[in-house]
Amino acid sequence: MTQLFRQRRDRILAYQAMRQGRALSLQQLCCEGCGQESPAMQWNEGLMVCPKCGHHMPLGAYSRLHQLLDAGSFRELDGDLVGRDPLEFPGYPEKLAALREKTGLKESVVTAYGTLRGYGAVFAVLDSSFLMGSMGWAVGEKVTRAVEYAGRHRLPLIIFSASGGARMQEGIYSLMQMAKTTAAITRFQQNGGLYISCLTHPTTGGVTASFASLGDVMLAEPGALIGFAGPRVIEQTIGEKLPEGFQRSEALLENGFLDKIVNRSQWPEVLAQLLALHKGGKSC
Amino acid sequence: MLTPEDRVKLARHNDRPGITDYLGALFTDFFQQRGDRHCGEDESILGGIARFHDQPVTVLGHRKGKTLEENVACRFGMPNPEGYRKAIRILEQAEKFRRPVITFIDTPGAYPGKEAEMRGQGDAIARCMACMSGLTVPVIAVVTGEGGSGGALALGVANRVLMLENAVYSVLSPEGFASILWKDPGRSAEAAAVMKLTAQDLYKGGVIQEILPEPEGGAHTDYAAVFRVVDEALQRNLTLLSKQSPRALAESCYKMFRAMGNGGKEQS
Ligand SMILES: [Zn+2]
Repeated sequence: MTQLFRQRRDRILAYQAMRQGRALSLQQLCCEGCGQESPAMQWNEGLMVCPKCGHHMPLGAYSRLHQLLDAGSFRELDGDLVGRDPLEFPGYPEKLAALREKTGLKESVVTAYGTLRGYGAVFAVLDSSFLMGSMGWAVGEKVTRAVEYAGRHRLPLIIFSASGGARMQEGIYSLMQMAKTTAAITRFQQNGGLYISCLTHPTTGGVTASFASLGDVMLAEPGALIGFAGPRVIEQTIGEKLPEGFQRSEALLENGFLDKIVNRSQWPEVLAQLLALHKGGKSC
Repeated sequence: MLTPEDRVKLARHNDRPGITDYLGALFTDFFQQRGDRHCGEDESILGGIARFHDQPVTVLGHRKGKTLEENVACRFGMPNPEGYRKAIRILEQAEKFRRPVITFIDTPGAYPGKEAEMRGQGDAIARCMACMSGLTVPVIAVVTGEGGSGGALALGVANRVLMLENAVYSVLSPEGFASILWKDPGRSAEAAAVMKLTAQDLYKGGVIQEILPEPEGGAHTDYAAVFRVVDEALQRNLTLLSKQSPRALAESCYKMFRAMGNGGKEQS
């Protein structure tokens, strides 16, 4: 029986991974880094890393989980939780519905329990294809529930961020998710929980200024834009152009805000190393 | 009846009382604490120890400045990371010495500057909120003018959030909101109307716990009246919170922010 369930969960994850966050057609896909085309199949095999130049294109949340989790271990948490419309903002519910249809995601974060090379952990993976991975009530709630779940079950927490920041359509209620997620992470950490924060392109605004910056370990993919204010807002404020590479992972590493830059293919290995060094993060 | 746009203008009024006014009128023996001990001093966040009706408290808040010279020194109330890191230092001392904390919120937002980013603006705001969320002394926040974005919320994780009648509190300025969602900053009045950024809306939504009435025409028309209202509210809330155990204070703060966006007073 259990075996059957596992196989079914595996198929669901594989299907979701196939459906989103990968190059879909049999045609060529152009790299935003080097501008060169490569066949879609090569992109998919490389988890959306450019076969020609190594540029990291966005990867869907399910695809990411499919890469990280041991076969049969994926168990989605709060998979049916969806956003609200607290401002009654014109067109917002319709936009959410259309995106759910288009992306196969219910919201811009997927949370799950799973094992990575045998280590049990709680994962939250943001997906920039759903309203720029912005954080409204549903994202704040799913992340907070994932943190609390990890705390209750004494599991390590691994969050992959990719977000344009607060969800404007939910106004102040999206802002308040910053305090909510931050308080949950703080409590989790005070109780001895291990939180590994993994930043991917782009991580900005209210997500940077809350849970994404609070990891016990701070990691990022190469070339990711990471910051609080967006580059355009800064340029308008200071009246000058920002230098090449500003707010990119490599600059953050230099400025002391990251422990390590991790190539996409290296995630399982690096995360497994950290989980092992923390004895599976269960010491709490 | 004032429109949300009217209130945005009142909240930003040049002569509106700010933290230095409240410090002068409501507190005695103010000792200012300066610097984050790592990088520098940020004048856009003012903080220190003072007496409130004889009781030592920690006071912390955004400072916009009164003269143009001060405005520039304070970047019109937009803090750099050093401001938030100084705030963390001051808050940790409040916890250590068991002093209640009173914060005054009035900022367009954290400063979107080049150096601010290089020194970790997001990190500083996140850690300031994290620090506030873990405090076990009474914490009261008063939104006195503009509560702009994460830069405001960084000082707003409190047991009680009070708000002046014409203050505003929002995820972004109405201009920024209109420019992002409608690609037209000119529609800021319309944005102000849909954003639910007034004290009345936020009270209904459970984001704030109390509205502090202002004199007709706005806080800048009668300082003495505003001071009386704020003084009374701070005293009353402080008395109530002081009866709670340290553990209960931390727990109630967690629960309050845990429920943000669940529907507030209208649906609970
Ligand atoms: Zn390329």
